[in-house]
Amino acid sequence: MSKSFFIDTTLCTGCRGCQVACKQWHDLPAEETTNRGSYQNPADLSFDTYKLVRMEEKVVNNRLEWLFFPEQCRHCIEPPCLDTAYDQTAIFKDPKTGAVIFTANTKKHDADAIRDSCPYDIPRKAPDGTIVKCDMCLDRVQNGLEPACVKTCPSGAMQFGDHEKILETAKARLSQVKKSYPQAAIIDPSYIQVIYLTAFDPGLYHKFACAPAGMQRGISRNVALKRMFKPFSAAAKELAG
Amino acid sequence: MTNHWIDIKNSDCILIMGSNAAENHPVSFKYVTKAMEKGASLISVDPRFTRTSSKADIYAPLRSGTDIAFLGGMIKYILDNNLYNKEYTAEYTNASFIVNKDYHFKEGLFSGYQKGEGGTDLGKYDKSKWAFEMDENGVPKKDKSLEHPRCVFRLLKDHFERYTLETVSKITGTSKEDLLRVYKTYSATGTAGQAGTIMYAMGWTQHTVGTQNIRTMAIIQLLLGNMGVAGGGVNALRGESNVQGSTDHCLLWHIWPGYLKTPRASNNSLDAYNKKWTPQSSDPLSANWWQNYPKYSVSMLKSFFGDKADASNQFGYNWLPKVDDDKVYSWFDIFDEMYKENIKGFFAWGQNPACSGSNASKVREAMANLDWMVNVNLFDNETGSFWKGPDMDPSQIKTEVFMLPASAFVEKEGSITNSGRWMQWRYQGPKPLGNSRPDGEIIMELGERLKNQYMNGGVFPEPIVNLKWDYHTNGVYDPHKVAKEINGYFTKNVTVNGKSFKKGTLVPSFANLQDDGSTSSGNWLYCNSYTENGNMAARRSKKDAPNKIGLYPEFAWCWPVNRRIIYNRASVDPKGQPWDKKQWVIRFAGKEEGGKWTSKKWEGDVPDGGWYPLENPDGTRRDDSKHPFIMRKHGFAQIFGPGRADGPFPEHYEPLECPIDENYLNDQKVNPTAAVYSSKADSWASCDPRYPFVGTTYRVSEHWQTGLMTRPQPWLMEMQPQMFVEMSEELAELRGINNGERVKVSSARASLEATAIVTKRFKPFNIGDGVVHQVGIPWHYGWRWPESGKEESANLLTPPSGDPNTRIPETKAFMVNVEKL
Repeated sequence: MSKSFFIDTTLCTGCRGCQVACKQWHDLPAEETTNRGSYQNPADLSFDTYKLVRMEEKVVNNRLEWLFFPEQCRHCIEPPCLDTAYDQTAIFKDPKTGAVIFTANTKKHDADAIRDSCPYDIPRKAPDGTIVKCDMCLDRVQNGLEPACVKTCPSGAMQFGDHEKILETAKARLSQVKKSYPQAAIIDPSYIQVIYLTAFDPGLYHKFACAPAGMQRGISRNVALKRMFKPFSAAAKELAG
Repeated sequence: MTNHWIDIKNSDCILIMGSNAAENHPVSFKYVTKAMEKGASLISVDPRFTRTSSKADIYAPLRSGTDIAFLGGMIKYILDNNLYNKEYTAEYTNASFIVNKDYHFKEGLFSGYQKGEGGTDLGKYDKSKWAFEMDENGVPKKDKSLEHPRCVFRLLKDHFERYTLETVSKITGTSKEDLLRVYKTYSATGTAGQAGTIMYAMGWTQHTVGTQNIRTMAIIQLLLGNMGVAGGGVNALRGESNVQGSTDHCLLWHIWPGYLKTPRASNNSLDAYNKKWTPQSSDPLSANWWQNYPKYSVSMLKSFFGDKADASNQFGYNWLPKVDDDKVYSWFDIFDEMYKENIKGFFAWGQNPACSGSNASKVREAMANLDWMVNVNLFDNETGSFWKGPDMDPSQIKTEVFMLPASAFVEKEGSITNSGRWMQWRYQGPKPLGNSRPDGEIIMELGERLKNQYMNGGVFPEPIVNLKWDYHTNGVYDPHKVAKEINGYFTKNVTVNGKSFKKGTLVPSFANLQDDGSTSSGNWLYCNSYTENGNMAARRSKKDAPNKIGLYPEFAWCWPVNRRIIYNRASVDPKGQPWDKKQWVIRFAGKEEGGKWTSKKWEGDVPDGGWYPLENPDGTRRDDSKHPFIMRKHGFAQIFGPGRADGPFPEHYEPLECPIDENYLNDQKVNPTAAVYSSKADSWASCDPRYPFVGTTYRVSEHWQTGLMTRPQPWLMEMQPQMFVEMSEELAELRGINNGERVKVSSARASLEATAIVTKRFKPFNIGDGVVHQVGIPWHYGWRWPESGKEESANLLTPPSGDPNTRIPETKAFMVNVEKL
C-alpha cells in the first residue's frame, strides 16, 4: 500500500525542526547563507536542501497572516519527472510505498528538462549533474520508521501513513478547519502523495504550492512527446549503454 | 508553573503574553493545539506579530513595558462587569481582608515611601503601612460581603478605577477594540467550569516592574477562579531545560535550597534565624505550612555537615555565610563589584555573561579586573576569551583564565526539573569526549581538593573541612548518591507519628522531616523523590490518574510530593466538590451522614493537604479543615500583596528608558523603587531624541540563549546566520532603510551592526498624541562565532536597571536608534 504525508499548514508553527531533521538524516551540509531580510533561509531548495519551510507575510481579509509552507517533493502518483527521464535506473517509483526515487544515474539526464517537468518545481541539480530531492526517507520507512521530518514535528502538523488513511484524515481535518477558514483547501489530493492543507488560497504560500492548471498529471507537452517516443528512446538508451 | 505542560490541553482560553511559545517553547504547541482542537481560544499579546501570533485567534500588539496598564484594564473590566467568581474570590483570596488605615496610594506612591539616598534603589517602602487589621485573636479581620470600604476588594476596585480603555490604549498603543476583544474573551473563563491559562516568560519578568507584571496576572487568575484548576494557573515557561531545578536548588543569592532564606547577618544564631523566617498564624484554619521551617532548615544543615552537625553546634549554622542586612548580591551587583575591583576570582559555570548580562560591555570590562577566572563550559566562549575580544588589549589584561571543558547533557546521568516541576531522570548516552567531564565530577573533585588544602589550615576552615562530601562510588561521582542526599535520610532510629524508621533509610516525604537532627534533606521540596521504593524521577508509567486530565502521576516525579497541580484545594468549592465537574483535579469522596462528612477521602491529584473540606454538605463550617492556599501565612491567596518591594498592588510605571515624558496613570514616571546602577559604565537616556525608538530583545527557535550551543552548529546558522533587527515598513521608510541591508543599532551604552528585517509584523504604536516606533533584536550572537566577529550580543545595548524585588534586568524595554551604516 502506498504511503503519503499529510501536512497541515494550519498547525505549522514554522519552527523548522523538519528542515534540520531532513539535513541530519541525509547528512547534508549547511549552505552558506546571509540574512536576506527574512527568517526563511536558505532562499530556495537546492542539491543540499530537500526540505524548506517557506515563509510569507500576507494580509488576507484585512488580517496579517504569516504563512508557513514546509515544502518537499510531492511524490506524484504519476510522476512527470519519471516519464521525462524514462530510465528506471535514474528515476523510479518504489512499488511498495510509491516514493519517487532519484538515483546517481540522474546525472546522465537533462536536469533542466526534469525540473521543468515537475509541476511543483522540486528537483535540483548538483554541480556534477546529479539531480536530487526528497526521498521520503525510504530507508527509514522500509525499516518501519516515519520520515525524519514527520518524526521531529512538535506541533502535529505532519503525519505519515497509508495513502487512503491519510487522505481520509486530510478530508476530515479540512471540514473542521473550514469552520474557521472558509477558503481552506487541500492541494491536488488525487495526484500526489504529499497532501497539504492550507487555510487560504495556496498561491499565497508559494508560487508552486499547487500544480499549474492542466499539469497535475504531468502531461505537459514535453512529457506527452516523450511518451509518444518511449519505445524509441528506450531503444536508443540500450544502444548507447 | 503552578500547572504543567500537558495540562495546557485542558484550557478553554490560552493567553500567551510575555512569551513567544511557538518559537521558544515549540513543544508546548502540541498541547496548545490540542486545546484549540477542543475549542479553546488562543490570544497572543506581543509588541511584534510572532510565530505564536500566526496561530492565534486574537492578536493584540502592545508597546514593550506596558503590560500592567494592559492587564490593569482587564482587572477593571472584570470588576466593572461583575465577571469575577464571587464565591472563589470571597472564600479563597484575601479580597475580604480589611487593610489598615495607614494604607493609601497617592500621586503614584503607596504609603510609606522613602526616596533612596545614592544607592542602587531609587527608593524604598516601609511595608508596615500596608498591614491587615487583626481581630482580638490575631486573625485578619474579614468582610466576606466584600463591601467594607477598606477591604482588599474595594481597594482593588478603587486602585484600578483609573485604568480606563482610553488611558490604557493611550499608554499601550493597543486599539480599544483589540483591548476589548482580549478582555471579553479571557474574562469568559470566570464562569465556573471554564479555565483560562497564562503562558509567560522573560517578556514579563525582565522589566523594572517584572514581579508586578506577574502579580497583575495572578490577580486576574484569582478573580476568575483560575488558580488550582485544570487548564488554569500561572505558568512560567522556563528558558532552559533545568532552570526550574536550579532555582529550586538555590541558583539565586537570596535563597537556600527549597526556597529557604539566605541568613542575614542579624540572624546571629540558628534559633534567631528560624524565628525570623518562620511565620506565625493564630488562625486554627490556616495550615501555615511554613510553620515547619525549622524542620527543613535543620535537615538541610544535617545534609551539608552530616555527623559533624548537632544541636551543640547549632547544626553548623555558623559555618554558613551570612549576607549583610539590606544589601543585595544579585547578578547586577556581582558585576558591579567586579567592575569596582572588589571581586578577584570568578567561576563562570555553564554561562556566558559576556553576552548574557545586561549592559554587557560593563561585564566585559569588569572581567578585566579579575586575577583569575575559571570558565566551565562545553566550548570556549566570549566570556573565556573576553581578553581578546573587541576593544580589548590582551597585553594590558592580567586576568588568568582557566578552561574546564564540561560534558554535554547527553553524556551524563542525572535529573532535570522542567517548567512543570517534573523531576525527570535521564541516563548517559555517549561517553564524554576528550578531557570533558560531567559538572558533578568537576565539582566533586574541586571540593575534595579544597578539603585537602584546608586540612593543612587556613582561614575559617570549618565549613570546608566539616562538609559531608561522600558522593563517590568506587571513586567515581555517583548522581544517585546526590539525588538520595537531596531527598534525605533518617540519621537515627526514630518514630514519627507512630511509625518507626531505621537509621540510614530514606525519608518517605517531608512530613517526616524533623528539627532535632534526626533527619537530613538537602532540599525539603524534593523529599519524596528518591525513597526506599526507588528513584521516583525514573518512573515511566503512562497510566493516567482517575480524573483522566493528563496528570500521569507515575511518570517521573514532581514537587511537592508528586502534586501535579498546586493550589488544587482551590479547584473545589468549600464542600470539596470540583468547580469543573468534567475536568476535575481533586474531589472529596468521604462518607456523609446527616449532612456531615464523617470520613476523609480525596480522589484525583495529591491534594494540597488531606484535611476535610471547609464545609459539610449541609453548609455548616468545619473546624478541622484548612484554607486552600496552605503556603500563605493566613491560608488565602494574595490579591493584596504586602510583601513586595514596590507596592501591595501593581501599578503602571514607564521603563527607565522610555519614549514619553509622562506617565498617563500617575505622577511617577518610573518605578519609584527600581534598581538603577550608576558606575561610569552605566549610562542611560530616556526621552532622548538621540534614541527615539523602543527596543526589546528576544530569542528565536533556531538559536538558544547566547548561542554557545547553536552558533557552532552549521544547520542552525544556515537558518539564522546573522544578527538582525526587525522593524516596521513605516520606520524603514522614515530612516531610508531597505530590507536586508546592514544597519547600525545603538543605545546610550553601545552600538552594533545588524541586518534589517523590514516587516509588516511590527507596526508603529499610537502613544499619547504621537507615534512611537519599536524594534526588536535577538540576543543569540557574540563576536566569537561566526568568524566574521561582526555579529554581536544584543546585551551590549540593554540597560543598567532592574526589578526591585528580584534585580532581574530590564532587557525587554529600552531606547535605541537605528540608522543606515
